[in-house]
Amino acid sequence: MWSWIDTLVQGLLLGGLYGLFALGQALIFGVMRLTNTAHGDFIVLGAFMAFLVATGLGINPFVAGALLLPLAFGFGYALQRFPLNGTLGKDPLPSLVVTFGLAIVIQNALQQGFTADPRSIDSMGLNIQGVALTEQLSIGVLPLLIFVLALACTAGLQWMSQRTALGRAFRAVSDDREVAQLMGLRASHVYAMATGMAFVLIALAGTLQGMRTTVSPSDGPALLLFAFEAVIIGGMGSFWGTFAGALILGVTQSIGFRFNPGWGIWFGHLVFLAVLVWRPQGLFPKTKG
Amino acid sequence: MSAVTSPLPASQAQGLPLWQVERQTRASRLAGLIAIALVVLAASMPFWADAAWMREFVEIGCYFIFAAMWNLLAGYGGMVSIGQQAFFGVGGYVMLALGNFVGVNPFVAVPLAAVAAGLLAWPLSRLAFRLQGGYFAIGTWVIAEVLRLTVANISAVGGGSGTSLTALAGIARSTREAVTFWMALAAVVAAIALVYGFLRSRQGLALMAIRDSEVASESQGIDVKRTKLWVYIVAAFGAGLAGALYFVGNLRISPDAAFSVNWTAFAIFMVVIGGIGTIEGPILGALIFWALNRWFSDYGTWYLIGLGTLAIFVTVFFKQGLWGYAQQRWGWSLFPTRRRLVLGAPPASPD
Repeated sequence: MWSWIDTLVQGLLLGGLYGLFALGQALIFGVMRLTNTAHGDFIVLGAFMAFLVATGLGINPFVAGALLLPLAFGFGYALQRFPLNGTLGKDPLPSLVVTFGLAIVIQNALQQGFTADPRSIDSMGLNIQGVALTEQLSIGVLPLLIFVLALACTAGLQWMSQRTALGRAFRAVSDDREVAQLMGLRASHVYAMATGMAFVLIALAGTLQGMRTTVSPSDGPALLLFAFEAVIIGGMGSFWGTFAGALILGVTQSIGFRFNPGWGIWFGHLVFLAVLVWRPQGLFPKTKG
Repeated sequence: MSAVTSPLPASQAQGLPLWQVERQTRASRLAGLIAIALVVLAASMPFWADAAWMREFVEIGCYFIFAAMWNLLAGYGGMVSIGQQAFFGVGGYVMLALGNFVGVNPFVAVPLAAVAAGLLAWPLSRLAFRLQGGYFAIGTWVIAEVLRLTVANISAVGGGSGTSLTALAGIARSTREAVTFWMALAAVVAAIALVYGFLRSRQGLALMAIRDSEVASESQGIDVKRTKLWVYIVAAFGAGLAGALYFVGNLRISPDAAFSVNWTAFAIFMVVIGGIGTIEGPILGALIFWALNRWFSDYGTWYLIGLGTLAIFVTVFFKQGLWGYAQQRWGWSLFPTRRRLVLGAPPASPD
């Protein structure tokens, strides 16, 4: 009984991390219908950069992560503005090839710079501290912190999207780029803002992933697939839906791992495929098509 | 292939037709002859060439077949997939299972495995076609991962660490290498013929119409869904053929090698560099890939960084690829699929 509750809780906490992975993906796809196939590799890059800053400057890893966020925003903004905006259009091929090419470059550059060994960011003991809820159930402090951060990011993005001028601009260029431009929005700038924000989430997710577990240069594709599955399970158009999709994925994987360590990820994929068959619009869709 | 000519009134029968529709060009007829000569020359290779060359041909042939099928799917069908390695792996594993467990001669098992991959594409399309555009791409990747993880958990084929093709053990090495080489050569020719034949057929014409405008072609009575399904199945068949052949040549298979996303990554590289949406593009791309691989693959990570950068650069600045550029600039076409209108001499004034 308690072990099942434990599995559920661990799954929800894992889902929180997946939520952070997925929010950036949902933002980029929602605003400009761009599928960033290098999403997971950028998360891994974020983890390695945080590792580099924290060990290189010898500072607190949380401060290192925080220092990284504005840099990530600038990087994302520039990336969208220069190569990626030129690849947008009805044909998905150019953006897919460019981001896929970036994925290969990042993976191999990291392998060249850091070798293929897995690394971990020292979280100053936070990753082994736990809060005992009952005698049988204890929750890790770091996973809980990640979950709370993911929740806050989801709420923040939803608020930004519904209540601010920037969110309105995001929704306007997403609905109809031409009309939005006629109304005085610069689509290239709006797109770059969205990607910049997504990269803040990516850097945050990468830093926390590096603290929670280990990262190695070849981890990116798996993270991309988890983020993608969370977005699809949740349904398009709402960040809460994405977060819920991530929780479902986390819980499913956690249950799968309980049965057999070899089948955990497989179970998660299966839930994703089941959603595709029975509810292709996702479980909590806000927009159609 | 006979050209379509304009119906002529009897009085003009002695003159040239007013117009005619052609597909062949002089270059394409010449290229056809050269290609036949090259194939005949290549077919004699087992009698004089080094075994290392033949192994290399088998490998690059598999890369090429896989790339040509990806090109059919993405360049003509508009379905950009990152999951074609699913069918490559299925081809390899079905060939191995038929050979090791059922006792089928592995060389006979190769086409059977390709058929199995094609058949599997039908149910899988029900999943993949739920998604469009970029999400189709990643969705197909998930499907390939599911297959990889499933196979990695089947202990009969060695689980995650893979197994060897023991069914070929009784065959002499030189015979095995020669037969593998001939099969690869035949498969390369068949892959080109398959894509070319498909594109010149009714379905092929429909496919190119869909690529240009889905709505317009549907309004002309084209069954868009069915055509796309056919392309998906044919491309899966070809990818399965490449996979089965590759592991007959390699003798050892593992889930990570068979279902590696690198297969699709290299296919994308070859097709994009060579020219997407042309038959010649993947051929040129495969030759370039082979040359780069030969000279630079020792550089490991730097080589792959270079390949990735080149793919990005070509996509951003040179969208049509090398062959696409030549086609646009000089009208080159070795495997013409489009029909051209050729105007005849103006009719002589009637007496």
